[in-house]
Amino acid sequence: MIEAVSDSFALVGRRMRHIRRMPEHLIGVTVMPVASVIVLGYLFGSAMQAPGPGGYEEYIMAGIFAQVMLTNMTTTGVGVVSDLNNGLVDRFRVLPISGSSVLVGRTVADGVLVAWSCAVMTVVGYAIGWRAHNGPLQTLAGFGLLLLMGFAMSWLGALLGLVLRNVETVSAVSGVIMMPLAFLSNAFVPLDGLPGWLRVLAEWNPVSAVVSASRDLFGNERGPTSGAFPAEYPLPTALAVLVALLAVVVPLAGRAYRKASAQR
Amino acid sequence: METAISAEGLRKRYGDHQALTRVDLAVPAGTILAVLGPNGAGKTTTVRILTTLLEPDEGRATVAGYDLATQAREVRGSIGLAGQYASVDERLTGRENLRLIGVLLHLGRRGAKTRADELLEQFGLVAAADRPAKTYSGGMRRRLDLAASLVGRPRVLFLDEPTTGLDLTGRRTLWDMIRNQVAEGVTVLLTTQYLEEADQLADRIAVIDRGTVIAEGTPDQLKRKVGGERLEVSAASVADLAAVERTLSGLASGETVTNQETRTVSIPLTEGMSTIAAAANGLELLGIEPEDFAVRRSTLDDVFLALTGQQGTPEPEPESESESESEPGATGAVAASEGKRAA
Ligand SMILES: Nc1ncnc2c1ncn2[C@@H]1O[C@H](COP(=O)(O)OP(=O)(O)O)[C@@H](O)[C@H]1O
Ligand SMILES: [Mg+2]
Repeated sequence: MIEAVSDSFALVGRRMRHIRRMPEHLIGVTVMPVASVIVLGYLFGSAMQAPGPGGYEEYIMAGIFAQVMLTNMTTTGVGVVSDLNNGLVDRFRVLPISGSSVLVGRTVADGVLVAWSCAVMTVVGYAIGWRAHNGPLQTLAGFGLLLLMGFAMSWLGALLGLVLRNVETVSAVSGVIMMPLAFLSNAFVPLDGLPGWLRVLAEWNPVSAVVSASRDLFGNERGPTSGAFPAEYPLPTALAVLVALLAVVVPLAGRAYRKASAQR
Repeated sequence: METAISAEGLRKRYGDHQALTRVDLAVPAGTILAVLGPNGAGKTTTVRILTTLLEPDEGRATVAGYDLATQAREVRGSIGLAGQYASVDERLTGRENLRLIGVLLHLGRRGAKTRADELLEQFGLVAAADRPAKTYSGGMRRRLDLAASLVGRPRVLFLDEPTTGLDLTGRRTLWDMIRNQVAEGVTVLLTTQYLEEADQLADRIAVIDRGTVIAEGTPDQLKRKVGGERLEVSAASVADLAAVERTLSGLASGETVTNQETRTVSIPLTEGMSTIAAAANGLELLGIEPEDFAVRRSTLDDVFLALTGQQGTPEPEPESESESESEPGATGAVAASEGKRAA
């Protein structure tokens, strides 16, 4: 057990070296999120109606955080595929270490990167007028929930990578998964303007639950609900969905790893 | 002698393609077995099964005394693998690659550092140690890959086409490094498409084709199987060729092979010295001075042709690294036998 932790730690270190060596990787996890905040929060914000007195800047931030968490799926998926096709997965698999260390190392390292994205976005968000109103504990809990989502997406990405084994396919499939999750949710627009059935669908979208729950924790307004369960109780819903997702995906990814072989 | 690798009846199917039909192998500890076969024969599949990367559909195997099916972790603790394509982290330096493996093998930070330094020294990578591996040449990558497979001091080493794509100098270097391992008591199973490589390195050779081991033995045994030695005479001119052919075929107990292009005639050498003497006398009587008069042992090329009905892979084109000095001793022999094949 202790060995598994130290193995994972060594593999996190490997990813951090990659980043240090190729700072352009940092651009991906820095510039894109910052651009999202500026474009969505600042430019679009001037034309958008948002609930509450905080304005669109306050409304949008939790949504942008969640969107970045979703993209973590692609990051991890693509990374796993490249390790697979470089033969590194084979190299690690013939070592007498547990397979989960390798995947934990990867997902934790990607978690660190996405936390970095969050930190940068927070600074920019603050500059354009976003505020958290519920004190440090709840604010941290909000970020914790978002990072848990990023972590779950990362494991899902690892599973996709191990099964699909091809960068283009992984990007395409994760794109197809992400699109409806991000846009059929309350991440960017309040749901009360949607036609009834679409609104129900969007409220049941787990991304909406995570976004609403973090808006609650940050003390940002989240607008009226239709009374659907996940919209009324976003935090328990979000936690339950994320834990359930991890409980399914982690063992599946572990199994896929033990049988993994590069695409030919 | 103790058996380091033994496999019985390995079978593996991919979809509707039977990649391994039946593979049996036995490698005594401290020896090198070359698994020789053309592309698609099942070499990589065999190596992946024996290194726990792939489960066979049928069959059993032990590696370093551990059962593959039930003691995979112990097997992994005793083996090293350098796959068909060098598997190094391109973004890490050579030193970081080796240290990472050392840490994952629980040598400790100190231990991993010492072991990495040792291996860098041993594999001539000290100067490049702190450059990212993506800047390495093909040969350096191979050496780093081999070094990475040795970090844990494995007792059994699997090398899947370790020299494919290397030029002659690169291959020679790698061969020496492999021999050094065996000198230290490591058992090696290597796969190759190069007949010469198997002949140079291996104690025993298993010839594999279409997923089955079709012949197994020492290089000499395999050569003998295909018909021992031949007497070869090259005529100095086309005019002499017919006379040479007549003289030799009169002495031959088997097939006489004539190659018009190289003006070479060869016969099986069943009577040894007396045939050689008779041939020399016969030619002298006719006043023919041959350009070349030689006894040639069959090469693995011949073995392969005889066993599979296909030609073995000719010498590789040296890849990018153009510092390859041509060494007629090695390439010449194969080129010559290729010429004869054309007859
Ligand atoms: N993952 C795979 N899926 C489908 N066919 C495969 C796979 N791996 C190998 N094969 C097929 O099995 C046969 C043996 O392959 P391999 O073991 O790689 O041969 P070698 O290493 O001797 O070139 C080949 O015909 C190859 O096309
Ligand atoms: Mg192969």
